[in-house]
Amino acid sequence: MAGTIAQRSSPPSARSRRRAAFARALPFLLPNLVGFLVFTFAPVLACFALSLTEYRLAPIGSFADLRKQVEFVGIENFQQLLWFSHQDEGLVANDPQFWRYLGNTLFLMLGIPLSIIGSLLLALLLNQKLRGITIFRTIYFLPTVSSAVAICIVWKWIFHQQPNEIGLLNSALMTLGVAHPPDWLGTMEWAKPAFIIMVLWLGVGGYNCVLYLAGLQGIPQELYEAADLDGAGAWARLRHITWPLLSPTTFFVVTMSVIAGLQGSFLFTAAFLMTGGGPAGATTTLMLYIYNYAIAWHQLGYAAAIAAVLFALVFAFTLINWKYGQRLVHYS
Amino acid sequence: MSGQGQTARRRLLHALAYLVLVAVGITMLVPFAWMISTSLKAPAYAVEFPPRWIPSEPATVEIDGEERRVAELRTNLGVRVAVLRYSPEGALVQGLAPGERSGERLTVSEDDLHMVREVKFHWENYADAWAARGVRVREALFGLLNQVDGFLVFYLNSMIVTILITLGTVFTSSLAAFAFARLRFPGRDAMFLGYLATLMVPAIVIMLPVYALLSNLRMTNTYAALVLPPMFSAYGTFLLRQFFLTIPRELEDAAVIDGASNFQVYRHIILPLSKPALATLTTFVFLHSWNDFLWPLMVVDRLALKTLPIGLAHFQDSYTTEYHLLMAASVIVMIPVLIVFLLGQRYFVRGIALSGMKG
Repeated sequence: MAGTIAQRSSPPSARSRRRAAFARALPFLLPNLVGFLVFTFAPVLACFALSLTEYRLAPIGSFADLRKQVEFVGIENFQQLLWFSHQDEGLVANDPQFWRYLGNTLFLMLGIPLSIIGSLLLALLLNQKLRGITIFRTIYFLPTVSSAVAICIVWKWIFHQQPNEIGLLNSALMTLGVAHPPDWLGTMEWAKPAFIIMVLWLGVGGYNCVLYLAGLQGIPQELYEAADLDGAGAWARLRHITWPLLSPTTFFVVTMSVIAGLQGSFLFTAAFLMTGGGPAGATTTLMLYIYNYAIAWHQLGYAAAIAAVLFALVFAFTLINWKYGQRLVHYS
Repeated sequence: MSGQGQTARRRLLHALAYLVLVAVGITMLVPFAWMISTSLKAPAYAVEFPPRWIPSEPATVEIDGEERRVAELRTNLGVRVAVLRYSPEGALVQGLAPGERSGERLTVSEDDLHMVREVKFHWENYADAWAARGVRVREALFGLLNQVDGFLVFYLNSMIVTILITLGTVFTSSLAAFAFARLRFPGRDAMFLGYLATLMVPAIVIMLPVYALLSNLRMTNTYAALVLPPMFSAYGTFLLRQFFLTIPRELEDAAVIDGASNFQVYRHIILPLSKPALATLTTFVFLHSWNDFLWPLMVVDRLALKTLPIGLAHFQDSYTTEYHLLMAASVIVMIPVLIVFLLGQRYFVRGIALSGMKG
């Protein structure tokens, strides 16, 4: 207490007070802040720097002079990645693979709306005052917490189709009368649908469903009671109470799902383990393309450029969604 | 009509709801059930058409030092025979004990034989998967282990890496979250905004430069490379700060007046009140680290340092066709996550709801 009085008698300068406040916070901040700066924040900036270089990394475990690896090339990587050039056949993309894999990534995201609708329907069912809901919720959530590698291995086995070796799914289809079920992972036209099926199975009861359930539980019961008095049917209640009041949740769910879909970390694992990105590149996503450039081909500069484009896509989506999607959200 | 009609309708709707819930539940469980079923089958019977859910295989019996298939006579139900050989006239069989025709040999038409299968669980698949033939690690855990089974090494690595990441995340981010939620210092809001901004950056953007850094420091293939980078994501600090903000300040005021230091407030007031949030973060980080595939894949290619997911991927490379072993290995990998999930489920679900609130 004596110190406080002494301090009051001679007020310290604003600067030294701020310094003291910072010094008090530092021991708390430091352990995390240093790690955060080195391993999270600085790398984001470094990635953009990397994307402007040709960086041929020496293979893992070996060592090479840093100056021999890096060369500043300006926007060359982006020209290669995104630009087109005139050829005999007309305008041709400099990196047709990139556009193809971007297309794959977007195509595989077609499962997202289905998955979200499924999650909402499941949440509506789970929100009925039924017994044993916790058990169902736990079961639905199992795929989400399970090891992606284990899941991919078992699904590869389910999709299996070889002469004399028919996997579980195709056995079921044949029992149901499909004479020639598809070779899911072995043909270009079926590999993507197979992945979408798997993603639906994985996601429908996962995070989105839990979020919707929390959203539903937050809707005041009185609203439904009032609607009942007005004689509103089930559809009207869903249309005019549940759906509008869930719109903040829907907004969040759509945002997160699209961002996650663009990154596609599960689909990376799936492509890596089940198809190797094939057949003929049909399941190669941007993530796998980045991985191949960085790890398999040791070209970190180009990999960083693709990653930067992926970031830009996520960023653009978030902005547009924030600006326009927000308008559809009904806040009570 | 009203009262009874409505309850009847309600019951019908409930029944329908259950029907859908059960159907979806079965769909969710089928792959797991198939995984377990295949993991218990003999290699020769892992692939069959039509598939069998309960592992079974043709029953055999040893007669004069040779394995013979067991069949039942359709003409004389219940009588079991061992098939000795097939010939154009039919099949030579020998009656099996107990039974009136025990030991007796006779020739029957092949059509009269119904081959008997018996249920058999091959638990040894788990031991085989664990021993992971061909995946031996010469030296692991800084030379503490020599010549050990691959899977044991993967398991230990996963344990070490996951526990260190979880402890490190919870410890450092709870300290930082305390500073952001409770202390005033210059640059606080700008700094927190910096944390927030990284939340929407795709993980690969962060991984590439860190990978380059570690490669150049010759730090790939180390535990540090596996543990340190994932430990400092903004997520933990963000989650805990949000929770700390909900704790009423009055609780600390008394302690501060009594002269408690910031650290004492953190240690004796904030942390004990934040057990649910800490449990949420622990569960999240544990499950995420245990299942993480991409980062270990990037920084580790030495067998002795592989964690379970990439160890399992390695395993898949070597045993592409041995599905019974692959499935057993997958089950082994999934058990710890399932335990942690079932224990921490409450917190996990709350954590998701909490993170969604900010949307």
